[in-house]
Amino acid sequence: MNPQFIMDGLIAGALIGLGAIGVTLTYSILRFANFAHGEFLSWGAYLALAISGSIGFLSANLTKPIAPFSFGWSLPIAALLAVLLTGVLALALDAVLFGRLRSRGGAVIILVMASFGASLALRSLLEFLFTSKPAYYTKALQIAVRLGGGLRATPDQLLVLGVTLVVVIAIHLLLTRSEIGRSMRAVSENPALAGIAGIDVRRIIRFVWFIGAALACIAGIMTGLLVQIRPYLGHDLLLPLFAAAILGGIGSVPGAMIAGLIVGLSEAAAVQLVGAEWRAAVSFVILVLVLLLRPRGLFGRPA
Amino acid sequence: MSLDLVAYGAFFLTMALTYAVMCLGLNIQWGQTGLFNVGIAAFVAIGAYVSAILTTPDTPDRLGGFDLPIAVGWLGGACAAGVAAWFVGALTIRLRSDYLAIATFGVAVTVQLCVLNLQPLTGGPFGIGFIPRPFNSLAGDPLAFGLANLALMAALVLVLYLALQHLAKSPWGRVLRAIREDEVAAQALGKRPIRFRLQAFTIGGAIMGLAGAAQGHFIGFIAPDNYLPILTFQVWAMLIVGGSGNNRGAILGAIIVWGIWALSAAAVSAFVPPEQQARAAALQIVMIGVGLCLILLLRPRGLVGERRSMLSLGRGRKS
Repeated sequence: MNPQFIMDGLIAGALIGLGAIGVTLTYSILRFANFAHGEFLSWGAYLALAISGSIGFLSANLTKPIAPFSFGWSLPIAALLAVLLTGVLALALDAVLFGRLRSRGGAVIILVMASFGASLALRSLLEFLFTSKPAYYTKALQIAVRLGGGLRATPDQLLVLGVTLVVVIAIHLLLTRSEIGRSMRAVSENPALAGIAGIDVRRIIRFVWFIGAALACIAGIMTGLLVQIRPYLGHDLLLPLFAAAILGGIGSVPGAMIAGLIVGLSEAAAVQLVGAEWRAAVSFVILVLVLLLRPRGLFGRPA
Repeated sequence: MSLDLVAYGAFFLTMALTYAVMCLGLNIQWGQTGLFNVGIAAFVAIGAYVSAILTTPDTPDRLGGFDLPIAVGWLGGACAAGVAAWFVGALTIRLRSDYLAIATFGVAVTVQLCVLNLQPLTGGPFGIGFIPRPFNSLAGDPLAFGLANLALMAALVLVLYLALQHLAKSPWGRVLRAIREDEVAAQALGKRPIRFRLQAFTIGGAIMGLAGAAQGHFIGFIAPDNYLPILTFQVWAMLIVGGSGNNRGAILGAIIVWGIWALSAAAVSAFVPPEQQARAAALQIVMIGVGLCLILLLRPRGLVGERRSMLSLGRGRKS
């Protein structure tokens, strides 16, 4: 078996892990499986595309590729703005839809259903605005460099791995060392008690939406950079995201990241062993195995 | 001209009624039991494909083609979808309520993949054609053919409706509602929620499979594209519009939503220039999604809704 699958799996897994962190955080604080999370990836990717396109329109200088990478400064600047905007999108969605349903105190599954409807509307809206034709941030081609051990990667791919590492460490520190991270864990354990202890639960919920959407946006942009940007980008990643969040254990950030890597590596291995057309079934197999053998996941608390 | 219109009306209503059957299946799962199924398309596809493989004449480039009667196909499709639903339910119903949703989503993705890739069995992207149609001897006369099929489908919906209505009123249906409203109380009375939920999920899945089989035989051709996630959305919109928990609402919702869908699709193809049609179709789907959310927000009971039972008067909703 070609060792290159390790590299492909790590990259795919890093992106799945980033998205899964958002799923697992919203799941543990808001207590529902958000089917619209995949759309945050797609929207992030398209927002960055639109912004970097307009920046390039203003100053062609900014689209010149930065040395080993395939994109110019317009993309990182656009990425920052897109992260903010995707966060705002999530907050808006919470304000008009989820927040209202929550305050009505209905069953959890109504929230799941609403997220299902929202994901349909958001995805088709992208298809309406940008059509379903694939788009790219840059037309530049990249040559993969040898890394030894039979592995190759393009500079863009190495950058994606580096960015993921930095972001995940930053999120982990934020959640474990900062005041707001402690409040988040308190809310996820027991929202009522946390409220009594003086934690502003609404602020925590807004924070979680923002962080989850921001991570999704980063994952979406990097997926768009390495593969292509399509309206179905997020939808196609949704099952891997759920599989990773459940395998890692709901609420566990390191778990989601490690599980994301496991899902990514298994997908890459399956592509080599079984064939690329079965790639999408790998997450389902993992999901079924986890639910059968260890429903609380690798690092999850027992239900 | 008017005869054409009647023939078209019969075709439209027959299609709407196949959706009504799916809706009735979903109503057992969601309306009566509160089980969230995001993989309706998968169970419908299983029913359609199993039935098609059982009843089509023997074909050299494809496995199967057993040339069995249509009734056997319907039954086989329903059983296969029921078995699939049982497996998914057995795996997830004892866990958190949204794990079932995620698992059914996974089933939808996987069934779509299998249908596309198991070419020797399913014909791959080209699907299966020449599925025997009921009343094929009447095919020369479109009007008689359409009306006969409509009568068959209406009879199927009526029989299912009466059976489900009876089931809902039976002790079994009462237990289901009791579990949905207050699981602990039902447990205290010696009812085992997991077993009842699993039964409801399996019956619902089987009905969806039956709907898939019936639809496949009516159209005479099936392909993976018929079973995309949008089908799941449509059936959900139908049940939510009609009012979940109410079998009459499920049928009514199916006819209304299918009507709106067919009319707006006709409007798109009539008034929108060809190069913009894909975009307009996307906007049509945005409408369904927004509509679903709006109904959840504004009128959660739907058009007809369930007659509230005594249990709900003092309900404390559980998450």
